Amino acid sequence: MAKMTYREAVRSAMRDALRADPRVFLMGEDVGKYGGAFGVSHGLLEEFGPTRIRDTPLSESTFVGAGIGAALGGMRPIVEVMTINFSLLALDQIVNNAATLRHMSGGQFGVPLLVRMATGGGRQLAAQHSHSLEGWYAHIPGIKVVTPATVADARGLLLAALKEPDPVLMFEHATLYPLEGESEDGTPMEIGRAALRRRGKDVSLIAYGGALGKTERAAAQLAELGVDAEVIDLRSLRPLDTEMILASVARTHRAVIVEEAWKTGGFAAEVSACIMEGAFDALDAPVARVCGAEVPMPYAQALEQAALPQPETIVKAVQGLF
Amino acid sequence: MSIHKTAATAGNEREHALALLRQMLLIRRFEEKAAELYSAGKIRGFLHLYIGEEAIAVGAMQALAVEDAVVATYREHGQALARGVPAGKIMSEMYGKANGCSRGRGGSMHMFDAGRRFYGGYAIVAGGLPVAVGLALADKMQERPAVTACFFGEGAVAEGEFHESLNLAALWRLPVLFLCENNLYAMGTALARSESQTDIHLKAQNYNIPAEAVDGMDVLAVESATQRAVAQVRRGDGPYFLELRTYRYRAHSMSDPELYRSKEEVAQWRGRDPISLFDAYLRTQGMLDDAELQTLETGVANDIDWAVAEAEKGGCEPVSDLARDVYGSVAT
Ligand SMILES: Cc1ncc(C[n+]2csc(CCOP(=O)(O)OP(=O)(O)O)c2C)c(N)n1
Repeated sequence: MAKMTYREAVRSAMRDALRADPRVFLMGEDVGKYGGAFGVSHGLLEEFGPTRIRDTPLSESTFVGAGIGAALGGMRPIVEVMTINFSLLALDQIVNNAATLRHMSGGQFGVPLLVRMATGGGRQLAAQHSHSLEGWYAHIPGIKVVTPATVADARGLLLAALKEPDPVLMFEHATLYPLEGESEDGTPMEIGRAALRRRGKDVSLIAYGGALGKTERAAAQLAELGVDAEVIDLRSLRPLDTEMILASVARTHRAVIVEEAWKTGGFAAEVSACIMEGAFDALDAPVARVCGAEVPMPYAQALEQAALPQPETIVKAVQGLF
Repeated sequence: MSIHKTAATAGNEREHALALLRQMLLIRRFEEKAAELYSAGKIRGFLHLYIGEEAIAVGAMQALAVEDAVVATYREHGQALARGVPAGKIMSEMYGKANGCSRGRGGSMHMFDAGRRFYGGYAIVAGGLPVAVGLALADKMQERPAVTACFFGEGAVAEGEFHESLNLAALWRLPVLFLCENNLYAMGTALARSESQTDIHLKAQNYNIPAEAVDGMDVLAVESATQRAVAQVRRGDGPYFLELRTYRYRAHSMSDPELYRSKEEVAQWRGRDPISLFDAYLRTQGMLDDAELQTLETGVANDIDWAVAEAEKGGCEPVSDLARDVYGSVAT
């Protein structure tokens, strides 16, 4: 264990993987000379050289597709897409190729590819750099979706993703990069396990990625108000750890799901449905959701903050259940 | 048209030429049979026939070695057959059977064969190009002397992935052979109705990729152009681009009223049928006569009968296995 930032955690996991496995390489826009749009890959070009740290042209579809091809050809590529909004230009390759090839080929070809990208709002970058579309990707069978919310998970889930025989998409909430914390202890992580971040008996707060910190703050405020909230960090949206969600709701009888994405058709709806299907009888109140407001993300600070879930809105939603 | 003499063919030009003819006939008869079976309801879904374009797959595949990779489109039965994927596995796949080359998960548009480095048919126009670039990147990074042959139609030229892929392959000097099958129509859209520059190989030249246009109805011209191109790519000089000019005689898929072209135009192109052209040429060279052709046709008919029999008797994947091969298992 060591103290580091989330940014350093992602970097150090990539560095470990690059050192350990000659098949691992990183490519993406400005991952080399520039050091990564978020500084994540800073220093890797110097250590590993331009063959393994490859700056690409602005061709999201093709460098993600080339990652798929390289994975088919025996490499272990890590592809960085600057942000989730830009990943839409690569949707074709992710959805039509990466997710389908194993099945479509009758099991002959797998695509062991890791695609990383920044997601989320909160930095006043307005409506083309701030969205949380990871739930869309979680819709797709054939890929796995992880959303590390802590320093330990940033390292642990990245290293776990590189053990997967299938494409993994890793979403790094951009406000988390400077977050400091303890790195993981070296125990290998398994994708698909949620984490119980806080034990409580009155309500289950279910969050992931950038919403986790706010949810934990809400839990602290609730404690002062006499409500003992449990906090679950999903960590992986696909596969989803329904077992932990259902066990928690069975204990607390109430659930609030928190995510930055829009409520309509969002991932919170999926979690809610899963609670209805598996723990309906345990519920003492309707499942509640705290999600992003239904607007393209506005620039002005007050507007943006109002569009995002906040500890106060989470607390209010919880109070509405009693 | 003339027989290309290489070390491989020296002394047995006739044998080689007859092998080319046989492969073209196999594709032609296979596709005719597929059309028949489609009408009979044995094959469903989309079915894109390769009839008229046989010289390309057959000519080009001669230049590839076992270590090379192939990426194709939804119109890929010809490439699969020419690469050596057994006809029975292809037919079984179109029947949706478990013994098909994709276990009945792909159908006509998605043939795969790992053993032959046949990386499949891609049904998103231009979607295979980035994958081909990546395969070539993997070969280059692992210092394997392999070439990735990437087939696609001229319709793909209008897609962004085409331009991105050519640029990246050229920029990184990757061993990709781009094979553009220009049959003049993307479904019903004639090339001149979709491209401001209809000389497609010029687009590749703009990415600093050596490129040429080749008569795609002349199997020998395709073979020799591909051999030259592959040799250059294998040397490590980066990608090469061939625009193969051809024509599709049948409908785009099985259900196409062909409102977009005239019967006269089709008839004119039928006058340049790649199989008839080659047949006539071989006769002038004294390499083919009626009896020999009959022998080839009989052999091909037998192969196809076998393929159909295999597909007919193949078992269906049990529905209980529906969810298999969505994910692999984690290595421990
Ligand atoms: C991205 C995308 N857009 C549209 C289609 C529908 N479509 C299938 S084949 C085709 C024509 C492609 O023509 P071309 O690339 O010339 O190949 P050909 O069918 O002539 O072999 C179209 C438009 C598709 N499959 N993918």
